[in-house]
Amino acid sequence: MPSITKPIAAHPSLAKNQLGLTIRDYEGSMSTLCAGCGHDSITAAIIRAVWELSLAPHMIAKLSGIGCSSKTPTYFVSGAHGFNSAHGRMPAIATGANAANRALTYIGVSGDGDSLSIGLGQLSHAIRRNLKMAYILENNGVYGLTKGQFSASSDLGSKSKRGEPNRVSPIDPALLALSIGATFVARSFSGDKEQLVPIIKAAIAHRGFALVDVISPCVTFNDHNGSTKSYSHVREHQLRAIEADFVPPAPEILAEITPKGVTNVTMHDGSVLRFTTLPAGYDPTDRQKVYNYLLEQQSAGNVVTGLLYVDESAPDVHELANTSELPLSQIPFEALCPGAATLAKLQDEFR
Amino acid sequence: MTPTDIHQPDYFHKVVDCQWGCPAHTNVPEYIRLIAQGRYTDSYLLNRQSNVFPGVLGRTCDRPCEPACRRGRLPEPGETLEEAKPVAICRLKRVAADLRDDISDRLPKAPAVKNGKRIACIGAGPSALTVANDLMPLGYSVTMFEKQNKPGGLMRTNIPSFRLPEKVLDDEVGYILDMGVDIRYNSPVTSLKSLLDEGYDAVYVGTGAPRGKNLELPGRYETDRIHIGIDWLESVAFGHVSTIGEKVLIIGVGNTAMDCCRSSARMGGKTIKVMARRPRGFFKASPWELEDAEEEGVEIVINHAPKRFVIENGKLTGMEFERLEWDAEAKKSKTIDTVIIPCDDVILAIGQDNAFPWIERDLGLEFDKWDMPVVDQKTFASTRPNVFFGGDAAWGPKNIIWAVEHGHQAAISIHQYCHGLPLAERPPAHMNLISQKMGLSEWSYANDYNPAHRQKMEHVDLAKRFRELNIEVEMGFSPEQTAREVQRCLNCDIQTVFTAKRCIECDACIDICPVQCLTITRNGDEEDLRGRLSAPAFNITQALYVSDALPQTKRIMAKDEDVCVHCGLCAERCPTAAWDMQKFEIMIAQAGDLCQIPQPA
Repeated sequence: MPSITKPIAAHPSLAKNQLGLTIRDYEGSMSTLCAGCGHDSITAAIIRAVWELSLAPHMIAKLSGIGCSSKTPTYFVSGAHGFNSAHGRMPAIATGANAANRALTYIGVSGDGDSLSIGLGQLSHAIRRNLKMAYILENNGVYGLTKGQFSASSDLGSKSKRGEPNRVSPIDPALLALSIGATFVARSFSGDKEQLVPIIKAAIAHRGFALVDVISPCVTFNDHNGSTKSYSHVREHQLRAIEADFVPPAPEILAEITPKGVTNVTMHDGSVLRFTTLPAGYDPTDRQKVYNYLLEQQSAGNVVTGLLYVDESAPDVHELANTSELPLSQIPFEALCPGAATLAKLQDEFR
Repeated sequence: MTPTDIHQPDYFHKVVDCQWGCPAHTNVPEYIRLIAQGRYTDSYLLNRQSNVFPGVLGRTCDRPCEPACRRGRLPEPGETLEEAKPVAICRLKRVAADLRDDISDRLPKAPAVKNGKRIACIGAGPSALTVANDLMPLGYSVTMFEKQNKPGGLMRTNIPSFRLPEKVLDDEVGYILDMGVDIRYNSPVTSLKSLLDEGYDAVYVGTGAPRGKNLELPGRYETDRIHIGIDWLESVAFGHVSTIGEKVLIIGVGNTAMDCCRSSARMGGKTIKVMARRPRGFFKASPWELEDAEEEGVEIVINHAPKRFVIENGKLTGMEFERLEWDAEAKKSKTIDTVIIPCDDVILAIGQDNAFPWIERDLGLEFDKWDMPVVDQKTFASTRPNVFFGGDAAWGPKNIIWAVEHGHQAAISIHQYCHGLPLAERPPAHMNLISQKMGLSEWSYANDYNPAHRQKMEHVDLAKRFRELNIEVEMGFSPEQTAREVQRCLNCDIQTVFTAKRCIECDACIDICPVQCLTITRNGDEEDLRGRLSAPAFNITQALYVSDALPQTKRIMAKDEDVCVHCGLCAERCPTAAWDMQKFEIMIAQAGDLCQIPQPA
């Protein structure tokens, strides 16, 4: 861990967002992860995204489970709410928090172990319910915290640091999510902030559950030759085919001529996803085609990155469960807890 | 951009803003660290190597290092850029000087066997003393001709003792003279020709700019109460003058004017006005000297241009001024009206000129159209091979630290000349670059600077300083102030050094950098790159450090040196040690470093 905390000095040309805050106001404590960890880069991308979106820190809730990845919420937006849950149980906590207060922006950070091994059931049902949150899966294909065993996302044939190949079939979170009805699926790379930051912004603006699978090399246990999740392997095999830009809701509607080859998807809150580079015939709103494309590329050994699939039409958990519009904290106590008599009356209805 | 060549000594030297800004290139960060470690003597000697008079300069230097200091560009949260203050470099120098132990056995000594070369120095001011300082240990016989009865030049005659105690000056001049300089007091040189006839191998002219400018206005010669500033200060220094009238006007607002007004205040002046032609912000005096004068009750009167001296019955009673109105840049003015300001004495402090009435014009020594000797900017040689100039005598008034640097350079030239080496080939600077890594996240320097405000120098209270006229006004830093001030230094000599081939482009350094000075991006020309950095680099006086193409993506690492706080976090977060913190040390050559010439035994 670093010898000192970050000095408070700032560059004179440091910009401010709409709230008058600089990016440094969105930082957290010093990271205790290994130097060069991909997770730290993702932390920096989250900081940039929420700063650019001008989110008020106290309107953000950070949630995580257990693992290297799950330590990272400490390292961004000190002023936000945070909950570090039991291993793999972050989606349940996020669901509860969501039910009680839908006004907050929920950012969940998890890893391949927390999400795809111990927490796979939790993740799957959060996807099915379309829980309103940005779920960032920091995917390094290795159990770094326990010294480098293969994880559930390790690719077949990928070599451990000792040189042994993995022989157990991996779970691809993007394919999994698509197959169980996910409404927002993206994949990116911690070493490519140019792509990652707009994806995180779009994930935050999405109507429901946004899964962002981020390949995040483990410098200590999985950044060697033979690993399919090293910096150099991902750079060589990254197929940055789907370029999407996030355009926040504009104060006035401008008539835009859509250039040829550009696909716009309007988000629930009025923001726009603008896809500029797509492989021929690719439609980010066609689940079947996206699924097939990903499978194809996977067997070719390519890591497809970009905002892969988006569906803004599906209702989120609040709409499905008809939850309260107002955060519970803003509902008067009498309405929230109408008393023993009302409870007795309610119970009588079920007798 | 092409990759930065960090093996050019100038590249990292420029990053050490203070050292680059110092004419003598004093190794400021290193001497501040030595103070921090309580090694005052080592700190003093390190200073002495380049600036020769640390005790004097720690009180009187013009401090070009301080406006250059990186801390002055780094406001702390809640501060504006104007409120950001540089490290009190000059005051720390004084701390080292005040607290040093006996250094006599660590000073350079003249060898027992001389090299047979005889050098004459005209004047015993800072530049000539530096020449002697550099040449005596090499075996030269140096003879110094001084018109006064004490050495030091303007350091003695023009700087009042309440700013520079005589003992400080005597000690530091003594270190040089005690090497065996043959100094001849009360010996003004009246003819260069006859001096040359004495057969010296080389002559160094360090006579300063001895002639204070006059103001030829009506009434100038009808009274004896109009004084030339530097002459008057000299008379004060030697005790020839001890009083002045109650109402004193100082004409001019440079540092000499500040010394004149503050001296007047100690000699009976009650109403002292410094008369400036132009508005504030256009004065020549250093801001701190203005502050100190105003603290003593001196009034600075702006926008007044002298018109005539008012003489009534043969007595100076006042001075008439035109009141001016200036445009925004203080370039053009118009006169509003005139006023008469009563006074008993007027001191003229409007500048100094060189004058060489004692140099014959048929010695092969060329003079230019302003009747000034032609002196080479680099070698300090005149057009006569064995005569060298330096200090204010070379190109007019500068300050002590420039004089010292001139002395060093002239000493090199004299050494080269006496050994038949070409003067234009200056000895190169050498550099060291040494990793400061001590372990994982551990450095051999304190990488966490103190965001404290600049420490304020305490002054002797007004009543006391006017009771004890020679008492030094500035009290020096207390131990607590020193401790805090040394921690404010950013250690800009501990450089961030990048090895492109090791980089895996994980972004860790970029993410951790507190001042957004790092960027990995595609290469471009400088103007384009400056605009595309994590934080645009608009301060073009500060370099961009550009790497070779990175192994994986062929992009480049670019670092904006402008506000790097040298915290080392980039290197701590780098998994491959592509970034490292390395101490940069530049060895600027002095006369003794000429390797072609054997050292004395």
